[in-house]
Amino acid sequence: MGKTLFDKVWDRHVVHQIKEGPQVLYIDRHFIHEVTTPQAFNGLRKRGIKVLRPEQTVATVDHNVPTIHQDLPIQEVLSRHQVEAMIKNCKDFGIELYGLGHPAQGIVHVIGPQLGITRPGITIVCGDSHTSTHGAFGAIAFGIGTSEVEQVLATQCILQTKPKKMRINVEGTLKKGVVSKDIILYIISKISASGGTGYFVEFAGSAIRNLSMEARMSICNMSIEMGARGGMIAPDQITYDYIKGRQFAPQGEDFDKAVEYWKTLPTDGDAVFDLEYTFDAEDIAPMITYGTNPGMGMKIDESIPDKEDAGLEKSLAYMGLEKGQSLLGMPIDYVFFGSCTNARIEDLRLFASLVKGKKKADNVNVLIVPGSKQVERMAREEGIEKILNDAGMQLREPGCSACLGMNEDKVPAGKYCVSTSNRNFEGRQGPGARTILASPLTAAAVAITGKITDVRTLMQ
Amino acid sequence: MDKFIYLDTTAVPLPVQDIDTDQIIPARFLKATTREGFGENLFRDWRFNRDNTPKADFILNNPTYKGKILVAGRNFGCGSSREHAAWAIHDYGFKVVISSFFADIFKNNALNNGVLPLIVEETILQKILKQIEENPGTEIIVDLENQKLKIAALDIDVSFEINSYKKTCLINGYDDIDYLLSLQDTIAGFEKTATNFR
Ligand code: SF4
Repeated sequence: MGKTLFDKVWDRHVVHQIKEGPQVLYIDRHFIHEVTTPQAFNGLRKRGIKVLRPEQTVATVDHNVPTIHQDLPIQEVLSRHQVEAMIKNCKDFGIELYGLGHPAQGIVHVIGPQLGITRPGITIVCGDSHTSTHGAFGAIAFGIGTSEVEQVLATQCILQTKPKKMRINVEGTLKKGVVSKDIILYIISKISASGGTGYFVEFAGSAIRNLSMEARMSICNMSIEMGARGGMIAPDQITYDYIKGRQFAPQGEDFDKAVEYWKTLPTDGDAVFDLEYTFDAEDIAPMITYGTNPGMGMKIDESIPDKEDAGLEKSLAYMGLEKGQSLLGMPIDYVFFGSCTNARIEDLRLFASLVKGKKKADNVNVLIVPGSKQVERMAREEGIEKILNDAGMQLREPGCSACLGMNEDKVPAGKYCVSTSNRNFEGRQGPGARTILASPLTAAAVAITGKITDVRTLMQ
Repeated sequence: MDKFIYLDTTAVPLPVQDIDTDQIIPARFLKATTREGFGENLFRDWRFNRDNTPKADFILNNPTYKGKILVAGRNFGCGSSREHAAWAIHDYGFKVVISSFFADIFKNNALNNGVLPLIVEETILQKILKQIEENPGTEIIVDLENQKLKIAALDIDVSFEINSYKKTCLINGYDDIDYLLSLQDTIAGFEKTATNFR
């Protein structure tokens, strides 16, 4: 029987099988950030051990950093302590840090691919659930807890039980105004926020194949939002072209050799999945969420479901919305463009394409946070910053920002925010904040109209 | 890690589905650099008003309900991978969380901190929730050695699943890291032979 992409990569990384227990899996690349690592480094110190492979460890600061005046000391004391601890830990343990002021700094899941560190066939972990992003390259990438971060720092291995395998096919051509974020919000709305739990998902089908690398990353990024351990997409020419020439990518002959290997990775024709879904790309429309988990999504012109469900009622009470309500035309207070889901240069280009020549609506505050210093530079060079400024918007500096409200970028209690991020949980963007997830295009439509707007009506 | 073998206690009901780790411990409390003290902020925004006064209607603020077990709706611990969620539950004093379904990363994090995520069928979960809401003094026994959950008041005596490696770790208070460090030579050998993908 043939093997899946997931099997091929996983099986090559099994160092040891514990009898009736988990497997010991080798980790090729370990990404770390300031929030989920201090306790792990302290653990190493207590045990008196070193980081086994500092050269396979990639560090940045993103969750806690301010997004304006990054050149000044961080105001918030605890945030500053965490960032300072990261600097010290990287120095003490010999790890290169892409810290504040570094030209490559940014959100951990944006910089890995950008630097050419993320590539097919490898294993990647990070103390962050959206590590699944890197699966877009055909890597096995998943989020771990801090105890596991400590394990990987110490031994470059982790104990894992092999998950089950799911394939989600999206076939056909996307309609106008529909982008990859809509695909994944649509899928999660169909199979629920827990529908992928226990599985590793491969995304396949012609609609996925036709996406750019950055669009693929948005999809794999949110595979965790359906509970999946991670998501993957088979590498192809689009993948190789993206990686080629990047700073840490294999060069010259090594690159050609790597491509030969990468070509062996896609799922064999006769491989079997534990579960398989197929969706029609033409049925997907611009999507928004109305509730407090990413599974509570609908097409932008649909109404909130009217059904008996305690969970739905609790969510709607928090959101200040009602069953059967349509959200079109609803005034919005904030737009957040950012996060590891949608803060890459293509996302920003998409956002700017709609904003160009228009003005920000008066009733809405717009936060635009690039995913990395590189994205910020490109936005400046390509004239995107000017488009935003002309529209009365400002491009900030990179970080997680209002995606999780650890720094000062927060949405006030009771306010509605249309966000390109990945989680609409209660309080995610600040205590009491009400989040509506959407694509960068829909976010742009809201920024210029000040209300929930079907982007298709602006794209005649 | 603390050892976990046998528990005879009461439980706190929290009949909410899809409880995500942002609810268990909101991001703004993740700024600490130690593992201690997170219990104070467990379920912070459900437990306290914005002026830091306790919300009278939240279950953890009701002294009638106490014990070392938290019983919660399905898909507990979804969302962020923050281990702080497991630390907060442990620090608050819970040793077991009972639900019909756990998110994967939370399950690992709990086990790595001596907290047992105990899975029961949805129908049993609903029975337990109803029973403890109505009779907060209901005695619940978790016998890890024999993988048994016993609730005499409900005539429940069921087995639960746990991976035998993880069971050994919990019973002996072992960390995974101790085990991995014992494999150093095997890992070094693997690194020598497997090179084509790095
Ligand atoms: S942008 Fe948001 S989801 Fe992504 S790593 Fe940062 S906090 Fe997590």
